[in-house]
Amino acid sequence: MTIRSIVRVGLAPLLLGACQYQHYQSDFGAAAVEDRQFLALFWIFMGVCGFMYALVIVFLIAGVVRSRRAADANVVETGRHHQSSPLMRSTLIGWTALIGVGLAGLAIASFFADRSMARAATGEKLSITVTGNQWWWDVSYDSDDASKTMRTANELHLPVGVPTRIILKSADVIHSFWVPSLNGKQDLIPGRQNDITIVPRKIGIFRGQCAEFCGTQHARMSLVVIVEPYRDFIQWWDHQLQPAPAPTTPLTLAGYQYVTSGACGACHNIGGTPASGTVGPDLTHLASRRSLAAGTMPMSEGNLYGWVEDPQSLKPGVKMPTIGLEPDQLHAVVAYLETLK
Amino acid sequence: MILQPRFTDDVSGLPTSKFGASSLTWWGIIGYMVIEGIGFALMFFVYFFLMSHEQGWPPEGRAAPDVLAGTIFTIVILLSEIPNTMIKKAARSGDVPTIRLLMPVMVAVGVVLLIIRGFEFNSLNCYWSDNAYASVIWTILLLHAAHLATDWMDTVVLWALMATPLGYEPRRLVDTDENSLYWRYVWLLWIPIYLLIYWVPRL
Amino acid sequence: MTDIRAGVFEAMPPRERERERVEAENRRLAAERKKIARDGPKLKGERLTARLDATWRRPPGIIGWLATVDHKEIGRRYILTALGFFVLAGILALIMRVQLGSPDNTLIGAERYNQLFSMHGSTMMFLFAVPVMEGVAVYIIPLMLGTRSTAFPRLNAFSYYMYLFGGLMLWIAFVLNMAPDLGWFEYTPLSGPQYSPGKHTDIWAQMVTYTEVAALAAAVVLVCTILKARAPGMTLARMPLFAWAMLVEGVMIIFAMPAVALVTTVLLIPDRLVGTQFFNAAEGGDALLFQHMFWFFGHPEVYIIFLPATGFVSVIVETFCRRPVFAHSVVVLALISTGILSFGLWVHHMFATGLPRVGYSFFTAASMSVSIPTGLQIFCWLATMWDGRPRFQVPMLYVVGFIVTFVIGGLTGVILAAVPLDLQLHDTYFVVGHFHYVLIGGAVFPLLGIFTYWYPKITGRMMDETLGKIGFWLVFIGFHTTFMPMHWMGMLGMPRRVYTYPAGLGLELPNLISTAGAFVLGLGALLFVLNGIVSLYRGAIAGPNPWDAASLEWATSSPPPVYNFEHIPVVESDTPLWDSDGELPVVTGLRVDEKEMLLTTVVAATPDVREPVPQASLWPFISACAVGIVFAASIFSAWAVPFGLIPCGIALIAWFWPKDMKRTPEPVIS
Repeated sequence: MTIRSIVRVGLAPLLLGACQYQHYQSDFGAAAVEDRQFLALFWIFMGVCGFMYALVIVFLIAGVVRSRRAADANVVETGRHHQSSPLMRSTLIGWTALIGVGLAGLAIASFFADRSMARAATGEKLSITVTGNQWWWDVSYDSDDASKTMRTANELHLPVGVPTRIILKSADVIHSFWVPSLNGKQDLIPGRQNDITIVPRKIGIFRGQCAEFCGTQHARMSLVVIVEPYRDFIQWWDHQLQPAPAPTTPLTLAGYQYVTSGACGACHNIGGTPASGTVGPDLTHLASRRSLAAGTMPMSEGNLYGWVEDPQSLKPGVKMPTIGLEPDQLHAVVAYLETLK
Repeated sequence: MILQPRFTDDVSGLPTSKFGASSLTWWGIIGYMVIEGIGFALMFFVYFFLMSHEQGWPPEGRAAPDVLAGTIFTIVILLSEIPNTMIKKAARSGDVPTIRLLMPVMVAVGVVLLIIRGFEFNSLNCYWSDNAYASVIWTILLLHAAHLATDWMDTVVLWALMATPLGYEPRRLVDTDENSLYWRYVWLLWIPIYLLIYWVPRL
Repeated sequence: MTDIRAGVFEAMPPRERERERVEAENRRLAAERKKIARDGPKLKGERLTARLDATWRRPPGIIGWLATVDHKEIGRRYILTALGFFVLAGILALIMRVQLGSPDNTLIGAERYNQLFSMHGSTMMFLFAVPVMEGVAVYIIPLMLGTRSTAFPRLNAFSYYMYLFGGLMLWIAFVLNMAPDLGWFEYTPLSGPQYSPGKHTDIWAQMVTYTEVAALAAAVVLVCTILKARAPGMTLARMPLFAWAMLVEGVMIIFAMPAVALVTTVLLIPDRLVGTQFFNAAEGGDALLFQHMFWFFGHPEVYIIFLPATGFVSVIVETFCRRPVFAHSVVVLALISTGILSFGLWVHHMFATGLPRVGYSFFTAASMSVSIPTGLQIFCWLATMWDGRPRFQVPMLYVVGFIVTFVIGGLTGVILAAVPLDLQLHDTYFVVGHFHYVLIGGAVFPLLGIFTYWYPKITGRMMDETLGKIGFWLVFIGFHTTFMPMHWMGMLGMPRRVYTYPAGLGLELPNLISTAGAFVLGLGALLFVLNGIVSLYRGAIAGPNPWDAASLEWATSSPPPVYNFEHIPVVESDTPLWDSDGELPVVTGLRVDEKEMLLTTVVAATPDVREPVPQASLWPFISACAVGIVFAASIFSAWAVPFGLIPCGIALIAWFWPKDMKRTPEPVIS
């Protein structure tokens, strides 16, 4: 058992099955510069807004509770319903001024937070292109050196502390890239190119989700983001550049043959094999990922079986068809896919 | 307890119709003019929004629409304001025979304009499905054509009504006055549309 | 004529003959005019009311029912239909909450869930929120303004039928499994021809246009009524705040709704049906064009829903605090500035789309500043409570509930206005929490209060006070239990419009609490409806003014007679019934045997014109059927439009063509 598989098996329930959440998909994750600035601004707003709300409630309670002697009130019963209390008139001016000052302060705070985030997000050392598809994420690590460009799917690795620019495109409809523990969201719009910059500060595993309704399985379009030390990150990248390992057993060989000559290769790419479709996710290192079907379930042999056999029952409407494999074909295919680490 | 009435002024001497802002239908027509105006203003926004995405306009090096049909349309509709104003004045002064004489002129002008409009669609040099530019100019021209056609229909019906003895009803004179007002709106709205479709691509 | 005169007449040229004939006819009509019966000191009391009733009552039977132009009948239909849609959409919400009550739930599948939330949102926004406000206004405004009818009563009837047909089309589609499933605002290109085949998106788009045509017509009716049909002496300064709210709202509808009718029927459906390229980036179009056009309507839309609710609050606060609302002119200015400002905010729905950041700052500032006039209105209501003597019956409870709830929603709105905050919170359950706080807190609570308040006027009976109080507390507690956890859920990473969520993110508990709250809220709503039904038969009989209120609708009986008022009242203050000394000043001289109303000038409300009111007519109904069929058919083929113009044209011409070709001494609209 490699360290990798221990980590994978151990982390999978932690990630997706534990009953205690760990802020890996939450605004309180504070795992990157952007989210920390969000939290700072958010608490400022909550403070000011909370104070304004308290004023309203105090005023309301005062009005409800204040007992007035019959002759005092400016009401129709005393004939003074067209008069008003001078206290209220001066309080009106104070109230307006308070709201104006409060909102101006909040607007200025927001403006400065924006500027500060923009300043922190300079000097990007890394560039990743994420293309949204119904209902998965196509990830491409860009490099000036063409031999270092690498494609994967549904999982992002980021080096901690390094400003990373993520270019956002869409192959079909509007999606939205959102990893709450790290950063605010940005839409992926067909025909346009957006980008965000993330500066991760905490090592860990985080989860993101599409945040713009994009069709039937919008709810199951998630991605895993792993923030790791720089050395581990480079190691991972280099490993992803390797082509798929050749099959070594008869079962995996049969699976290899089925996958590369059958329907799979029309949509999926497996580096170093004839399978070179680009319509679906890149599968070269499928088994090294932590989740399957864009975060729908943890990566495991059982889940691979279920997915390959009948994706439509696990994620109805997904673009991958249920082919109807024979049991021995299924065993072979899954065995082969498991080797794609 | 229902209060006892205290009788004040007698309003029976008030008229049952008046021209201009005292007429209820005037307000209704203004309301619909604003609605349609906003609709066209929004289409202008669509046009300029799409234009801001393109380097050249019309995009892809297409020819701008030919100006002949559109210009003839503009001249005819501006000239139609002459009988239109005469009808409006006749309505205000109660001159029903003049109205009965000039309404068929407006109806005929409307038919001519609708025919010219057909030629305009032909001279746009594109089909609505070619690209977004073509879609927006076809749509604006079609919306104005609908505007023109419905007001033409209103004029036909009003003509028929004015030709009957009911034409002497004061409220029918107010209707005629307001119909002429609406015709002014039809050509006033046309001028910026004409400039947009035929001349903005030539800037 | 004698032979000599006949001979002279024959000898005249045709033009002269015509003029003679017309002048003779005018003289005859003038003579007949003198014999017309009019109300006044000589014709009042029971002799008057019997004749007014005969004049204003519509024909009986199904034809009369379809042909009514009585604003009270149309208003009641609007309200009941809107409440029906509210209940249907509420049931969908309960189903959604059951599905979301536990993680990875398999009760409702993805496709069905997407239909549920789309139907819930579309029904609530298009078939409930705006129509119910229009319905209440259509019923009460003429009574509040002291007149006998709205302006353009047939247009009013047409508007109701268009609304009904649009709603029916949507829900029939739902039953036939053709419901829209892309949300209540269906962004392109997801809703375009490539990614949304079939007719369900077209049905949504066309339903929107039905309801917008209806709302635009109702807005024109209300604006013209408020400007031209007020009682003599009801200057703009004396006009009730609810009428001001409806005036501003009507103008907002006129400016905002063309945008959504355009983007659905003129831009989206042609993209889907005839190959236009508005939203296709490959051919020069832009997916964001849809968002700009939709939200240019969409943001004012929520104020279109909210402003009438502020009018309700002003009405209730005045009556139950026993004094007019503090700083009346400040409230009017607040209404107008909210209306204007709301048109400058729409890009705050698009902060995540990547538009230039410097432009966003403007929209942040504008979005925050719109809360200033609203904050002022809230001050004025609270100051009225302070300065008056509040009585906490059910309508006032809903006002207190409104203040406690809506202000939270307004403040989360201020939070969302900041771009760095919005980028985390946009399209999450935080936003769902926010907008339910402002819509339910800001619109539904005042609505429930105003139903309780005007129920005696509409039905002649009081709603049960105890049931009302229990219902209020269930609604209030249920509401907060349902929607407060949603802010938390959004911050824990739950996006909108998801049919399920995974375990392990901390979402289980808040979702469970929210689901439980939804059923309490549903129970409260059910209790309210039951109260409304039972009180029809067992409620205490209400007199003309059971709350001892100040405005004119309480000067007539409960329910009002079909002609509203025996005589048209004259107004001398902004609280007419509180300043009336037991007598109601009225004008005299309106016709009794034909339907007639009084128009006054726009600002000073001096009597101006006596306007005939149309008799009952089937043509609004027939026209709505014709237009409705064309709208529905055009989903399937563009040819429906040119061919459909013929029956529509015939129906509309028949609507306006006079049914009696004889000249009458004073005009009659048939």
